[in-house]
Amino acid sequence: MIEVQNITFSYSSKGTPVFDNFCLQLEQNKVYGLLGENGTGKSTLLYLMMGLLRPNKGHITVEKVDVSRRKRTTLQQMYIVPEEFDLPQMRFTDYVETYRPFYPAFSDDILRRCTEEFHLPLDARLDQLSMGDKKKALMSFALATNVPYLLMDEPTNGLDVPSKKQFRKVIATTMTEERTLIIATHQLHDVEALLDHVLILQRSQLLLNASVAELCEKYTFDVRPEDDLTDEVLYTERTPQGNATLSLRQPNDEETSLNLELLFNAVTSINNQN
Amino acid sequence: MIYQNERAIYVKIADRVCDDILSGKYQEDERVPSVRELAADYEVNTNTVLRTFDILQRDEIIYQKRGIGVFVSPGARHKIRIARKREFRQHELPEFLRRLRLLGLTIDDVVKAWNEDSEETNS
Repeated sequence: MIEVQNITFSYSSKGTPVFDNFCLQLEQNKVYGLLGENGTGKSTLLYLMMGLLRPNKGHITVEKVDVSRRKRTTLQQMYIVPEEFDLPQMRFTDYVETYRPFYPAFSDDILRRCTEEFHLPLDARLDQLSMGDKKKALMSFALATNVPYLLMDEPTNGLDVPSKKQFRKVIATTMTEERTLIIATHQLHDVEALLDHVLILQRSQLLLNASVAELCEKYTFDVRPEDDLTDEVLYTERTPQGNATLSLRQPNDEETSLNLELLFNAVTSINNQN
Repeated sequence: MIYQNERAIYVKIADRVCDDILSGKYQEDERVPSVRELAADYEVNTNTVLRTFDILQRDEIIYQKRGIGVFVSPGARHKIRIARKREFRQHELPEFLRRLRLLGLTIDDVVKAWNEDSEETNS
């Protein structure tokens, strides 16, 4: 479990804090979507969880150990794929051989499955790959480390349409039990069906912290005619098909599919009104 | 009033598995794809597929052999057909009849179309 306990963090002593007395708990064996508009602190939160940034106040613990102590036993359980990164001038296979000793649970099987799905040649020079292929290479390595806590910042940025599909397949097959994946993104459609749990950040506050199962149990997502907006309707958006609607689910209604974009817009706009 | 909604993903995947059982792609007492395989096919979280398996197991469409895999139950095709017929009668048929009346069509028009279609299918 990752526990963020009452942290306050700011990048400079004069600036307004990015987080002020912020708390969050992340459980094992779940795929979390960390959503929020630009500049709401998604990446900062990931770096804090990794121990790459340190909070001014409060603590972040992974398996009860403070990440800012940067203990080997903690670091070998975590991996982050940042939004932007540079890779060294070496072949992919050499990169793997160089960095795998840091991760005791490293899986050749997962690496093979990822590189096959992504059509990545293992003998390719990393610095000569396109941006999308660099990302796929680092994601393959990240998944193959087999760490219990994997963090990804905007993983689908820079990926073309077929690659996004490959990404979803790779995540669907390699995120098995006892692993936690935290995906920070605003590409909602890319990750919608992969998530177990939704976190929405706004102005450094957690607006929503709920499981997908819970959301689908409580709410109905559908498209309704203009004149049929009853009391249980909480939020609507006009679309060419009618009103895309988020409403309270009635006891006998069948569950509907989560519409993450509608949920996101509903949660952030309701908060803006207050 | 017709609402357009998408049924929950785990229900849609259950429907697809049932389609494949009806079409004979998966025979009774044969193995169906694993959680991981289905998750990859449909690009969804493995927990979603686990929910699909839960409802299919509850409805006795599939059964699990521990450590081996998931199999199609004997009689699954029959059960799916019964359930689908019931659903057709409850939802699609009333809507179809409503449309007939709305458009001023009669049951004779339907019978005529039915016979023509049967001839074409048989020829």
